[in-house]
Amino acid sequence: MGHDHKLEIFRGLVKFKSNTQKIWGVLIFLTLITIVEVAFGIIKPAILTENYFLGMKVLNWIFIILTLVKAYYIAWDFMHLRDEKTSLRRAIVWTPIFLVAYLMFILLLEADYIYEVFTNGFVTWNF
Amino acid sequence: MDSTVATGSEENVWGGGNQPLGASYGKLMMWFFLVSDALTFSGLLAAYGFSRFKFIETWPIADEVFTHVPFFHGNFPMYYVAFMTFILIMSSVTMVLAVDAGHKMKKNAVIWYMFLTIIGGAIFVGSQGWEWATFIKGDYGAIETKGGRILQFVNTETGERAGIADFAKNIPSERVNHESKNGVWFYEGEALPSFTVNEVVEGFKAHPNIAIRTEAIIQPGNEGQGEKTILSRAEGLAKLANASQVVEGANLIHNEYGSRLFADFFFFITGFHGFHVTSGVVINLIIFFNVILGTYEKRGHYEMVEKVGLYWHFVDLVWVFVFTFFYLV
Repeated sequence: MGHDHKLEIFRGLVKFKSNTQKIWGVLIFLTLITIVEVAFGIIKPAILTENYFLGMKVLNWIFIILTLVKAYYIAWDFMHLRDEKTSLRRAIVWTPIFLVAYLMFILLLEADYIYEVFTNGFVTWNF
Repeated sequence: MDSTVATGSEENVWGGGNQPLGASYGKLMMWFFLVSDALTFSGLLAAYGFSRFKFIETWPIADEVFTHVPFFHGNFPMYYVAFMTFILIMSSVTMVLAVDAGHKMKKNAVIWYMFLTIIGGAIFVGSQGWEWATFIKGDYGAIETKGGRILQFVNTETGERAGIADFAKNIPSERVNHESKNGVWFYEGEALPSFTVNEVVEGFKAHPNIAIRTEAIIQPGNEGQGEKTILSRAEGLAKLANASQVVEGANLIHNEYGSRLFADFFFFITGFHGFHVTSGVVINLIIFFNVILGTYEKRGHYEMVEKVGLYWHFVDLVWVFVFTFFYLV
């Protein structure tokens, strides 16, 4: 059990006095990210929706990265992964990351292939 | 001397009783369960991504689907789901505060924080129920073609969506909603939509300001990119020749918002998540009563609160991803 908490976030940039304070600090950070996400989702700046990176809108990349940042702080500070042993943390984090990255890769590639067939092949589906 | 020490620790490893990962059995098992559950959700979300990339040019735009806020009329995309996200993050915070109070053996603080967590969870599940009800009921109504595609309607004067009730012509007919209580010679029938295909088509012909909007998203490099394509009147009439039925709202088979796969995945993924939240609330309640009864005070530690807390944070973690992939991206 992690009784002694590590109280630094952002690689030591912000250091809290107590665990309770850290919890509220992380809440503020997560709320800020959510507000930024929602604001982007409503405004949808044209620069971000018109430009693509690796076949996806820049805006969508920003959403996904912000989501991963949120997930990191939920797991590290709310689920106390920061206070766990490195071996436990790695077992929990890297197993899904590796498997999910592989799954996403094969499924999305295959989906793109089927999209090509729908577009260029002799298939009628939009009637 | 060194070798003796080494043998000693080796005996300890095989004898059991040590914790190489520094976590108790229960906590470790909770983590491993969460990892496998995370893979289940990833599988569902990856399948969603698969279907979306398959129909990348015709997928519904989430902003146009979820536009309602309870007690308010009008078009408010995102606000309500952002509120739901905040409620869930907030209940995660009260949960982690409960765990923290548990470490300090403050029973009353744990009780209060657990209570707030449960309230937050209940609000979230209620909101999700409302979101489902709105989605099932539908907004404007649409026409489904023989190919299973959706045709929606817009008012070209205002540029806003038009509901089929706004323009459909009333043609008297003898349509009966078949229910088993009305007769003995059938068991069930399709529920009748408010209008027939013919009424919608005639209404379309009678109103020159109504145009058809297809599922196709305007691709980059063209004017109005990212919006749905609006057809000219002549093209619209040609499309309507293929109409097969009127669709109002969404279910697993028909979806007035566009691709039916969107509705299927919406029901399945948010449903599976909502089921997790519901079971999380139930587990939280059990632990809540245990705390009140003083079970963990007697046991000497509040690790159960920490374990159920892990599950609760996981539910929040999954929602962060569902929120992104269903509502934002």
